[in-house]
Amino acid sequence: MNLDDLADKAEEYRNQDPDITHEARVCMAASCQSSGAPEVMAALHRALTAIPPPAPGERQGDVEGDAERDGDSEGDGTMAGAGLAGPADRVTRGHRCKVKGVGCMGLCSAGPLVAVAEKGAELMASTLYREVRPEDAPAILASVAGPPVARLHCPTDQPFFARQQRIVLENAGVIDPDSFKGYVAVGGYAPLVQALTEMTPAEVLREITLSGLRGRGGGGYPTGLKWSTVAKMPGERKFVICNADEGDPGAFMDRAVLESDPHRVLEGMAIAAYAIGAAKGYVYVRAEYPLAVERLTTAIRKAKRAGFLGGKIAETPFSFEVEIRLGAGAFVCGEETALMASIEGNRGQPRPRPPYPAESGLWGCPTLINNVETFANIAPIVRHGGAWFAGIGTEKSKGTKVFALAGTIENTGLIEVPMGTRLRDIITAIGGGIPGGRAFKAVQTGGPSGGCIPAEHLDIPVDYDGLKTLGTIMGSGGMIVMDETADMVDVARYFMEFCMSESCGKCVPCRAGTQQLHALLDKIAKGEARHQDLALLEELCEVVQATSLCGLGQTAPNPVLSTLRFFRDEYEAKLCAP
Amino acid sequence: MPPPPTPANVRVVTLTIDGQDLSARADETIIEVCRENQIPIPSLCYLDGLSIWGACRLCLVEIAGQGRLFAACATQVAEGMQVLTNTERLRRYRRTIVELLFAERSHICSVCVSNGHCELQHLAQTCGVDHVRVPYRQARYQMDSSHELFRLDHNRCILCTRCVRVCDEIEGAHTWDLMGRGSDCLVITDLAQPWGDSETCTGCGKCVQVCPTGALVKQGTSAGEMVKDQHFLPILARRRQAR
Repeated sequence: MNLDDLADKAEEYRNQDPDITHEARVCMAASCQSSGAPEVMAALHRALTAIPPPAPGERQGDVEGDAERDGDSEGDGTMAGAGLAGPADRVTRGHRCKVKGVGCMGLCSAGPLVAVAEKGAELMASTLYREVRPEDAPAILASVAGPPVARLHCPTDQPFFARQQRIVLENAGVIDPDSFKGYVAVGGYAPLVQALTEMTPAEVLREITLSGLRGRGGGGYPTGLKWSTVAKMPGERKFVICNADEGDPGAFMDRAVLESDPHRVLEGMAIAAYAIGAAKGYVYVRAEYPLAVERLTTAIRKAKRAGFLGGKIAETPFSFEVEIRLGAGAFVCGEETALMASIEGNRGQPRPRPPYPAESGLWGCPTLINNVETFANIAPIVRHGGAWFAGIGTEKSKGTKVFALAGTIENTGLIEVPMGTRLRDIITAIGGGIPGGRAFKAVQTGGPSGGCIPAEHLDIPVDYDGLKTLGTIMGSGGMIVMDETADMVDVARYFMEFCMSESCGKCVPCRAGTQQLHALLDKIAKGEARHQDLALLEELCEVVQATSLCGLGQTAPNPVLSTLRFFRDEYEAKLCAP
Repeated sequence: MPPPPTPANVRVVTLTIDGQDLSARADETIIEVCRENQIPIPSLCYLDGLSIWGACRLCLVEIAGQGRLFAACATQVAEGMQVLTNTERLRRYRRTIVELLFAERSHICSVCVSNGHCELQHLAQTCGVDHVRVPYRQARYQMDSSHELFRLDHNRCILCTRCVRVCDEIEGAHTWDLMGRGSDCLVITDLAQPWGDSETCTGCGKCVQVCPTGALVKQGTSAGEMVKDQHFLPILARRRQAR
């Protein structure tokens, strides 16, 4: 198969239902599901079938799901809820509409979200409805041919949508994540075929290096450099691992990507495998993400059947198998050496580095580990070229970054903005500011490894290096916004409790140190601490940071140090006697 | 025992440790070179003959030109490497780590069977830990006295995993392993069954010998077991009189 063949396929899939002009897209990602999206979807189906049959001469709108169109009846046809596409399409005053389950549209706090759009239109061009309830279904379907339903309308020209730039999330909320054809129809797998048939591995590496992409898991290590290192390592067996063990409190970027566009991640992994010479990949995803696991499993099965995973991909000598490994709920397994130990079937504990995974990883073989979002950036880079990607963002941080907005903020949800966007824009314009007329106090980035940014630094451009100067990190993209009522000692204590209970127990400073730090913070919070306790707290922070074995322990003191830096008065106010 | 011959393809490098010029095989670790040259460097989880664990963090050293610290047990030497093993900063960190260990479980030397033979106690002395600044956790753990020869006291365990490694790597039984996480970690026999019920334990006692503290000891060594039995005396004395 070459690019032209694939383009023909994509064209064919796009025109599969020429009668259908519109789609009612229901967000079926985890957060909208939990606020009632499945019921809304069922109601839309009922409403659709209740509409009178089409006028004579027109095709009968029969029960027809996307699953069957995928030629995958053995799997999806029998599995309830597996195929997200609607079973029916009917005429609505000259417009044929179908109901389609899609991935995350971003504004999770307003869920369930339903978008009515022309077939194949992007999210911005749709009519979006918020907080939809099952009884709203007939009105929404009626709006396909008429004016929007005003009471539910959620304008897509508001800053939350307009200020975003969607690269990683370009298909999220647009395509059916369970539909292979849906992914191919929007140009999916063309970058993989392009890499396999028109580029050498070295050329792929060059594009990735040129793009300036840096690891999205939080470390910010240059992706091109990592790939080239693994590519240059001697050895017949190499591995690609996708780290989907997202565990920071308040972070849900990777989950949303996997639930919304799983094929994109697989495609990125396959391109990486081609570039470094690997034949086997693992997705290490936490078992707490059952929906993501289900969609990923479906995606792997369909990609394999279509010949985009497995042996001789696109009729080239390149073969690549992907397997899913479930994490059993240990935060430390997001650390790469612990993650690999877990994949090997051992206790999930980190080991000293070097050797780095690039040299000696899974079963001692050279191994490439990247985060979900990093892999999700690969296909667009191959498609548009590294130079295009390097044109987005700041000097040292290229491209966009997906953030999960949580905490006391108006628009809770998932956003994607160019690197270098000012924090103030993210919080006030996109996030809609603090609800209830209260004042902003701080935003926590980087989860338990990060720190807090106070109001006076809101004008900082968000990129890897900018955040570092403030004593925090970009992290994987969690942003927890706090208003004036937040107690910063309590925030520090919360994150320390998290690290303490997630410490694997291997090295002494992390195992025993986080426990002592937590006890000290607890003492301060209860107003029982003295000045010497504060001094001990700072000293222990230094020891734990400098001597811990892995990133979990080395960064565990960051929330304390950061709140001490900007809110020391809050600590001191809680001390009892001098 | 003569040192193992240098493999043909391993280079010899020169480096300095605490200002001392030394030569070493390129496949040696910093701690091996230190031990060879009588440079004292504290350690607990490291034991010559076992695999590297890198967890006690006591053997951390500074390497010139590197921002972070390196575990001497897990870091190979390199040509021109400049290592510092005994800076003020390292001494302070080591003291704190030993203090953390003392406070974590119940390490009361005066009532411990290993008093005077304990590596943790010895380290505290050499690192200058004359008091512990962090509060003791006062957690209570169970003891396992079900094995006829040996006993396990979790209260004195520092989780160095020497027992786990020697059982797996040298004895080949893999009776020991770890369960739990964080401070709830425990060494266990088989699937957390009583040691005496273990079907894999060979009773070799290697774990007891490598344990640095009083966590693994021989039966009959505790103060409570040192009961004297003088019952024989009146019986024997009376029999003798009767004769």
